[in-house]
Amino acid sequence: MENPILYTIIIFSENKVGVLNQITVIFTRRGLNIETLSVSPSAIPGIHKFTITVFTTEEVVKKVVQQIDKRVDILKAYYNTDDGLVHQEIALYKVATDKLLAMGSIEGLIRKYQIHILEITENCVVFEKTGHYEDTQKLFEELSQTIGVLQFIRSGRIAITKSKLERLSDMLEELKKLEEKIDK
Amino acid sequence: MKITGAKALMESLLQEGVDTIFGYPGGAILPVFDALYDYDKEIKHILARHEQGAVHAAEGYARVSGKVGVSIITSGPAATNAITGISDAMLDSVPLVVITGQVGAGLLGSDAFQEIDVIGITQPITKWAYQIRRAEDVAWAIARAFYIAKSGRPGPVVLDFTKNAQSEEVEFVYKPCKFIRSYIPVPELNLSQIEVAAQIINSAQKPLAIVGHGVIIGEAETELKEFLEKADIPAAWTLLGASAMPTDFHLNMGFIGMHGNVAPNMKTNECDVLIAIGMRFDDRVTGDLNTYAKQAKIIHIDIDAAEINKNVKVDAPILASAKDALPALTKLIKPTKHKEWIASFKEYADLEFEKVIQREIFPQSGKITMGEVIHKVSEATGKNAICVTDVGQNQMAAARYFGFTKSRSLITSGGLGTMGFGLPAAIGAKIAAPNRTVCLFSGDGGFQMTIQELGTIMEHQIGVKMIVLDNQFLGMVRQWQELFYEERYSFTRMKNPDFVAIGKAYNIDGRWVTEREQLDEAIADMLKDDKPYLLAVKVEKKGMIYPMIPAGTTVTNIILGD
Repeated sequence: MENPILYTIIIFSENKVGVLNQITVIFTRRGLNIETLSVSPSAIPGIHKFTITVFTTEEVVKKVVQQIDKRVDILKAYYNTDDGLVHQEIALYKVATDKLLAMGSIEGLIRKYQIHILEITENCVVFEKTGHYEDTQKLFEELSQTIGVLQFIRSGRIAITKSKLERLSDMLEELKKLEEKIDK
Repeated sequence: MKITGAKALMESLLQEGVDTIFGYPGGAILPVFDALYDYDKEIKHILARHEQGAVHAAEGYARVSGKVGVSIITSGPAATNAITGISDAMLDSVPLVVITGQVGAGLLGSDAFQEIDVIGITQPITKWAYQIRRAEDVAWAIARAFYIAKSGRPGPVVLDFTKNAQSEEVEFVYKPCKFIRSYIPVPELNLSQIEVAAQIINSAQKPLAIVGHGVIIGEAETELKEFLEKADIPAAWTLLGASAMPTDFHLNMGFIGMHGNVAPNMKTNECDVLIAIGMRFDDRVTGDLNTYAKQAKIIHIDIDAAEINKNVKVDAPILASAKDALPALTKLIKPTKHKEWIASFKEYADLEFEKVIQREIFPQSGKITMGEVIHKVSEATGKNAICVTDVGQNQMAAARYFGFTKSRSLITSGGLGTMGFGLPAAIGAKIAAPNRTVCLFSGDGGFQMTIQELGTIMEHQIGVKMIVLDNQFLGMVRQWQELFYEERYSFTRMKNPDFVAIGKAYNIDGRWVTEREQLDEAIADMLKDDKPYLLAVKVEKKGMIYPMIPAGTTVTNIILGD
C-alpha cells in the first residue's frame, strides 16, 4: 500500500442547490476526512469552484474524483499533488493589545512573517497572514507561546494549477460546439 | 392559457410518452392526483399497496420495456418507503422517475407534517434529485429528469414536488431536454482504444467474453452476436446480463460468478484475453481480486468512466456504449476459430452436470428441489417466458435453470439484492409485456416482504404466475449457516402461512404441490390461461445452491457439494 499524502481536488460545478452535499457524501462513503474545503464563484458566471484537500492514496483519490465527475451537476473534477499547484491559505489572529505592546518592538515579528494588521483597538489587534499551512501554523505557534492568541481562524486552501492547460475554458468551448451540433 | 403545476406535470408526462404510472396518493401529492383524475384515458395508474411495491413495479416495467418507469407518491413516509426501490434502481442502472409530494415551499425546513428532507436522503442513491418549488420549473424538470434517467448509464431520478408548485398556475411550454453541458452521457468512441483492443483479440488463443447488463441496456444483442461469431469467442454472462444471448446460442457458456457455472468460472483463470462487455466486475462475479484473471489481458467496454479500473485494472479500456464499441471492434477483428479452446469448456460442463445439475433438476427421490420446479416451468413455457425472481436461493436457481430465447427476460435485483423485489417487479413486468407469460419465482421469506401487492394483482387482474418455493427457511442465509457457521440456524427457520389460502382471499387461483407427481399437472393448470395464479411448492428444506465459490475467495475453491 502506498502511503497517504495530501491531494488537492479541484471541482467545477453548476451553481445549483445541493452540489456540496453530493460531493461530501462521496467522501463520507469511503470514510475520508476532508482536510480543507473552499467554495466560491469561479471566473465564469454561473460556475462554482470547489477546492478540497484530503489525505489519501492516489488509487483512492482517482476513484473519488471519477465518482464526483460522474454527478450530473459537475462540469469537471481533477486532482493534483502540491508540486503541480500554486496554493495559499489565509489566517487571522486576534491578540490582546496590552500583551502585544508589552513585547516592545513588533517590527521584527511583522517583517519575519509578513503580517498585515487589519484592526487595532484598545482591546485587541487582528493580524492577517497568508501562506502555506506550515507558515500560518508557525506564526500561530509563536504567538501562542509568547503573548497568547485570543482567536484564530484559517481558511481552506485555494489553488491554481501550474500546467499549460486551461481546462475549464477549453472544455466549455468544446461543450458549446457539441450543443450547437445537437441542436441542429 | 395558464394551467396548474399539477396539470403541467400530466402534460409533461404525456410529452415524454408516459402511459403507465405506479403510485399511491397522499396529502402532499393531492393536487397531482386530482389532475390525474382527468387523464384516465391517456395514463393508466396502477395503485400499489405500499410505496416500495410501487417503485419495484415501476422497475419491473422499466427493465422489461426499456422505457422509463414512473412512480408518483406522497411525502414523508411514502418517500422513505420508496428508498429501497430507488436504491435498487441505482445499483442496477434502471431508468426511473420517482415524483414525491412535498409540503408547501413556505413550510420547508419547519418539520411540518409528513415533511422529510427527500433531496438530502436521495442524493446518494439517485442520478439526479431535484426539488420543484415553483410551477414554472415543472416542464423543465420533467424534461431533464427523463433525459437523465434514460440516457447513458440509466438510473433513478427523484423529483420532490412542493404542494404550492402543484397548485400554482403557469403558462405551459414544453421543450424536451437533449443536452446538459455538465453531463455527457455517451462518450464518443475513441478509435485508438478500439485498435488496441482489436489487436489483443486478434492475437488471443483463448479469449473469453463476459456479457453484462450494458449489452441489454444498450440494445446491443445483435452486435454482440456478430462480434462473438466473427472471432469465435466463447461468452459467459453475469446475473444481469442473463438473456442477452439465447440459452441455446452455441457460444453461450453460461452464468458467471459465485453460483455460476463451473466452466466459465474456471476458464476466467485460464483464458489469455478477457473481454468484459457492459459489466462492472462486481465482487459476486470476481471473488478475490488478487487472484482474478491474473494471467489474462483484460479489455473492458463500459459507458461509465467511473467503472474503468474501479475494481480490476484493465489493459485496454474502451469507454463507450456496447452498441458503438462492438461493431467497431467486429470490423477490426479477424475471423478465427477457437475449436479446441471452446471444446475444453465441455469437460467442466460435464462435471457440473454430473455433480450438480442432474441431481438438482432431475432428482430421482427425496423432496422436490427448486431447480426441478424452475426447469419444468421453463420447459412448459418453451423458454419464452419472462422470469422474475426474488432474492436468495430462488434467484440463483432461476438464473441457473431458467432458459431464455428473448432479451430482457430475467428480471432480478442484482446489485442491491432486495428481498421483496419479486412480486411487485413481476406486476410491472406483466404490464410492460402483456402478451408474454411472466413467471415469478420467490422464496417464502421474500414473498412475505411485499405480499400486500397481491391486492394490486387482484384489483388490476394482472396475470402473473407466482411460484412460491417454500422451504420454510431463509434458504440462502441458512446455506451460509450450514457451510460457514457450523449449522447454527440462527433465526432462519420460518413458520409460514397457507400461501394458497392467502391467494384465495385475494381471489387469486392457486394450489399447493407437496409431491413430485403433482408438479407437471399443477404447472399445466397454472399456464392454462392468462389469469393470475399462485403455485406454492413445498421444496427440500435444506436444499443448497451449488456450485458455490465462497465470498472473497478464488474460483479454485469452488464447492460442488457431494
